[in-house]
Amino acid sequence: MHIMEGFLPPVHAAAWGLASLPFLVMGARSVVRVTREHPRAKLLLASAGAFAFVLSALKIPSVTGSCSHPTGTGLGAILFGPAVMAVLGAIVLLFQALLLAHGGLTTLGANIFSMAIAGPWVAYGVFRLARTLGGPLALGVFLAAALGDLATYLVTSVQLALAFPDPVSGFLGALTKFGSVFALTQIPLAIIEGLLTVLVVNLLIQFSRDDLDELAFAPGVVR
Amino acid sequence: MKRTNLLLLAAVMVIAALPLILPLPGGLAEPFAGADAQAQTAITAANPDYQPWFTPLWEPPSGEIESLLFALQAALGAGLLGYYLGLRRGESQRRKSDADPARLDAQAVDARD
Repeated sequence: MHIMEGFLPPVHAAAWGLASLPFLVMGARSVVRVTREHPRAKLLLASAGAFAFVLSALKIPSVTGSCSHPTGTGLGAILFGPAVMAVLGAIVLLFQALLLAHGGLTTLGANIFSMAIAGPWVAYGVFRLARTLGGPLALGVFLAAALGDLATYLVTSVQLALAFPDPVSGFLGALTKFGSVFALTQIPLAIIEGLLTVLVVNLLIQFSRDDLDELAFAPGVVR
Repeated sequence: MKRTNLLLLAAVMVIAALPLILPLPGGLAEPFAGADAQAQTAITAANPDYQPWFTPLWEPPSGEIESLLFALQAALGAGLLGYYLGLRRGESQRRKSDADPARLDAQAVDARD
């Protein structure tokens, strides 16, 4: 999902940066609020960031014969709400842009929008919906993390198709092209991310019920 | 719960390893190239006139350095996550053993003596 440095025309790069800005401000305020209201959960917040740090470093092979990486942003989104992930995801993306030449500073806004905003909000929405419909917790967590992961890659495909529409088939043609590069590859990885997020939530329920209660996460669910 | 978690880990490993065992789809320029790089290639192929207007300020000078930094990223994340889970596990176990009635009795005996 990393759009490489310089690979979005300046207008697009600026527009995605502007679009991400309010979410970053909201995210920073949300981080401050969470750490003030729930000082006990500070370490869990850092761990949610750490989860995104590990998962986005792992390039995993896919059945399409290419490699991609999960995002790890769904976990923090369902625990703390999607806003904080804009900040945590931006830290991951900045690390990769500066030290790994992976993504870039000019494309940071676009990459933040896909990985640190769209993915977490989709994950959060799916999780709330699944909880409202009353499915088992693990299913909600799985769907949230997996669909949030896929959403990130769909947004990247849309961003590239908007910037580079196909000369013949236009935006939709380009979307199909970039979608087949990103979204198809991502399906098994999204499943992996969903399973790993369920695993971590299981461990949290087992060992860290107090922190979850502090955040009013899945009240009443015990191992 | 432990069994569920082991099954989850096993499923993750199977899904991650399966593409390496299955036959590769035909027509690949390079097996298991990064999707990001493929997208970049697709852009350049469809828009030969496009010139990236900015280049990374710094690039890892070799594949080794790049893998070092990726490993560092994963290690930092896994380290912190492992620290957190280990800490909470230790806390919950101590609480459990503190609440253990046999131990409370023993403590009461100690206190009386």
